[in-house]
Amino acid sequence: MANKRHVSTTINGEPKEFLCAPHESLLEVLRDNLGLTGSKEGCNNGNCGACTVILNGRPVDSCLVLGVEVEDAEVETVEGIADRNELHPVQECFLEGAALQCGICTPGFLVASKALLEKTPDACEHTIRYNLAGNLCRCTGYDKIVRAVQDAGKRMAESN
Amino acid sequence: MIKNNGNGEYRVLGTRPVRHDGADKVTGKAVYTADVQLPGMLRGFILRSPIAHGLIKSIDTSAAKATPGVHAVITSADMPDVGDKIADLGEGAVNLKYLSGNVLAQDKVLYKGHAVAAVAAVDIHVAEEAANKIIVEYEELPSVTWVLDAMQDDAPLLHDDLHTDSMGAKSENPSNICTHMHFEKGNIEDGFAQCDVVVEREFKTASVHQGYIEPHASVGDWNEDGRLRIWTATQGSFSARQQTAEILQIPIGDVVVTPCEIGGGFGGKIAVYLEPLVGMLSKVSGRPVKISMTRADVFEATGPTPGSYMKVKIGATNDGKLIAGEAWLAYDAGGYPGGMIGPGCMCVFSCYDIEHAVVDGYDVCLNKPNTQAYRAPGATQVAFATEQLVDEIAKQIGMCPLEIRQLNAAKEGTVRVDGPKYPPVGLVECLEALEESDHWKSSLDGPLRGRGIAAGFWFGCGLKSCATVTVNHDGTVNLLEGSTDIGGSRTSLAMQLAEVLGITSDDVNPMVGDTDSVGYTDVTGGSRVTFATGLAAYTAGRDLQTQMISRAAEEVWDCSPDEVTLENDGSFTHNGESKTFKELASQLFKHGEPLVARAAVSPENPTNGFGVHVADVEVDPETGKVTVLRYTTIQDAGKAVHPSYVEGQLQGGTVQGIGWALNEEYFYHDNDTVANASFLDYRMPTMLDLPMIDTIIVEAANPDHPYGVRGVGETPIVPPPAALANAIYNATGTRMEQLPMSPPVLWKQLQSESAEA
Repeated sequence: MANKRHVSTTINGEPKEFLCAPHESLLEVLRDNLGLTGSKEGCNNGNCGACTVILNGRPVDSCLVLGVEVEDAEVETVEGIADRNELHPVQECFLEGAALQCGICTPGFLVASKALLEKTPDACEHTIRYNLAGNLCRCTGYDKIVRAVQDAGKRMAESN
Repeated sequence: MIKNNGNGEYRVLGTRPVRHDGADKVTGKAVYTADVQLPGMLRGFILRSPIAHGLIKSIDTSAAKATPGVHAVITSADMPDVGDKIADLGEGAVNLKYLSGNVLAQDKVLYKGHAVAAVAAVDIHVAEEAANKIIVEYEELPSVTWVLDAMQDDAPLLHDDLHTDSMGAKSENPSNICTHMHFEKGNIEDGFAQCDVVVEREFKTASVHQGYIEPHASVGDWNEDGRLRIWTATQGSFSARQQTAEILQIPIGDVVVTPCEIGGGFGGKIAVYLEPLVGMLSKVSGRPVKISMTRADVFEATGPTPGSYMKVKIGATNDGKLIAGEAWLAYDAGGYPGGMIGPGCMCVFSCYDIEHAVVDGYDVCLNKPNTQAYRAPGATQVAFATEQLVDEIAKQIGMCPLEIRQLNAAKEGTVRVDGPKYPPVGLVECLEALEESDHWKSSLDGPLRGRGIAAGFWFGCGLKSCATVTVNHDGTVNLLEGSTDIGGSRTSLAMQLAEVLGITSDDVNPMVGDTDSVGYTDVTGGSRVTFATGLAAYTAGRDLQTQMISRAAEEVWDCSPDEVTLENDGSFTHNGESKTFKELASQLFKHGEPLVARAAVSPENPTNGFGVHVADVEVDPETGKVTVLRYTTIQDAGKAVHPSYVEGQLQGGTVQGIGWALNEEYFYHDNDTVANASFLDYRMPTMLDLPMIDTIIVEAANPDHPYGVRGVGETPIVPPPAALANAIYNATGTRMEQLPMSPPVLWKQLQSESAEA
């Protein structure tokens, strides 16, 4: 058995330390070691985006990152998107626009959408479709997701 | 856009409240099965067959059992003998011998990925490592994955004891053909003799997967008191309970199933795969056990919908009247009998009033995973055939594709080939809505562009549902029901209860109960929940109001119950005094016993959902790629309870149909093992592949529901392959006879046709 490594990192703005085996993915660490089960496993090989987290400002598939790689990093998960009890505009717009059905892909979409909109709040339909093409949804046909992301961008621009 | 036929003014129905489980689902708090964590819980891993067909000669688990950290290893030898018995599982009957054999292979493996042994260990890595130490000796057998090959007399035989059931008679020799069905109406020879135009084509479709993003997962805890507690990703907690109890041969009351939030199902999460295994592993280890499938397991061992071969012939007169139809259909059953051929037969001519028809259908075993329902199971394949032939007839007689459909559309009184006569249905209204739509009226210009339309049908079933309503001090209510919520059904049920009671959707707290807490409720499938469990919520609301009238008469107004009037807005009046539901409920709470109401329903009639789709495409002749430029889905919802979620069903089903049409298929190696068991290689539509999906909801009331509700979930997957095939024809002049119409397929066809020309 491999020895576990000690990792210090920041998750959702809070300093965190954890132990993980060298082969454990960041997704496993989040879900099994830290109890942050909002990030979902849909494929475990980077094809569905359900495990998307923001790592040092960039959206990544957490199943393709090793736990040991996040030493000194900043990780943001779906659990960190809302500000206490205040939902983030992207969360509000997904709810108001019925942009989720089963909800399993939703955490990944929210994280990826937030990362996109923070850089490009006025993203056009094509930009949204291009940037979120790594997130699969099987329920909605994507129509309402695209509209919710557009609405969230407008709401974020208004509140700034 | 909603077209209302004026079937009522509602306060809650037709509005778009935020769903009750919404906040949990956008914050990561919602608990799906893989998120369940119990003290001392072990993780399980399943060893699966590496070959498509073979005899299991021996299994040596000793090295796995000796691995440190391993707590249990099981094979079929550890499972009880279930015998040869048919169990009714709500949406379909299944032989337990086959169900159990699919959960853990007995003497044979029937497809690559067939489960052979299961291990529970301290973590997933130890479990996987130990499973790979299990030595299985196979005698490999020849395999078959194409349905027509599997029907041949000399085909590799999957089950030595399977004899074809042909209209109740059993074949003398064993065969891969499980069932032959035959339906007819009118006189087929007379019918074709009356026709001026007859078109006939052969079609084939590839296996596709439901593609839910959540892999199957189950947690089992065999408690010291002998009860087995299961948390699982299922479309039907009671169905999962029954299957698990039957496979493990324990009393049904000793199993309690808690349906967790479920990450998509589409028909593929009705049969159990993991529930009996986590149960048995927990029994052996004395610890709770969780198994989550890998994505490859999901593709290789669960749910594909049938691949098919279809030969369909339709005849019409020169004035466009469809007179006769004949269909010969062969569908994959997969490794075990029991595929989707029945509904395929019933749906092949279901959209049209055709006087003379004959349909023969064959359910065929072959070396693929056991096929499962996939959204309108069996209907999409036949629509791909029929809807193209209808277009072809229209072309030959010089009629518009919309007009020929309007002329022949199924309506009240039309008799389907399998016998039922339709009550009022909405196909004519959907076709009218198409004719009036912006999309249909718009022009489509440019080379290699084409527009296609197609109609689709799905039955929509009733089955059994229960609901319990309890009333809080403040007159808000709790709705306990048993339909696992895949896409917002808690809210569509709460809205129907709110409508009856005269309160808001937010005044209702809906909850999906486990099998110990709520009355028997059939699976979330068959487009039934908003209709049937909605009917239960409505009926429980009526029960509550009846109780409140009696108690108001006795405790509040000191009058006879006849002198209390229930108003349309849900308020109660007596002698000019009026009390809202909430006012009266609070008052009664203070006066006496708490208010509890309940309902159990089992509506018999299908809800008959029809839809019509229109698609504009552009074909790239260099690559064979089809780009969907514009798409509109029109469907009769009876009454759209929550229009956003009805639109969502229409859009989601449509896009699954587009994926089926243009890209999705299983590829097989020469040895019949799956070559593309990942989301990278099994190419479902991404956001970038699609346009917006416009919707038009038609509301032609269902006479069997107080608000006119019809099921909507399944119909939208039916028309897309046909609509796109018709669009491709109109763009290129080439007729597509196979699914998917992927770039290599279309490119080759365009090349060969231009070479011929």
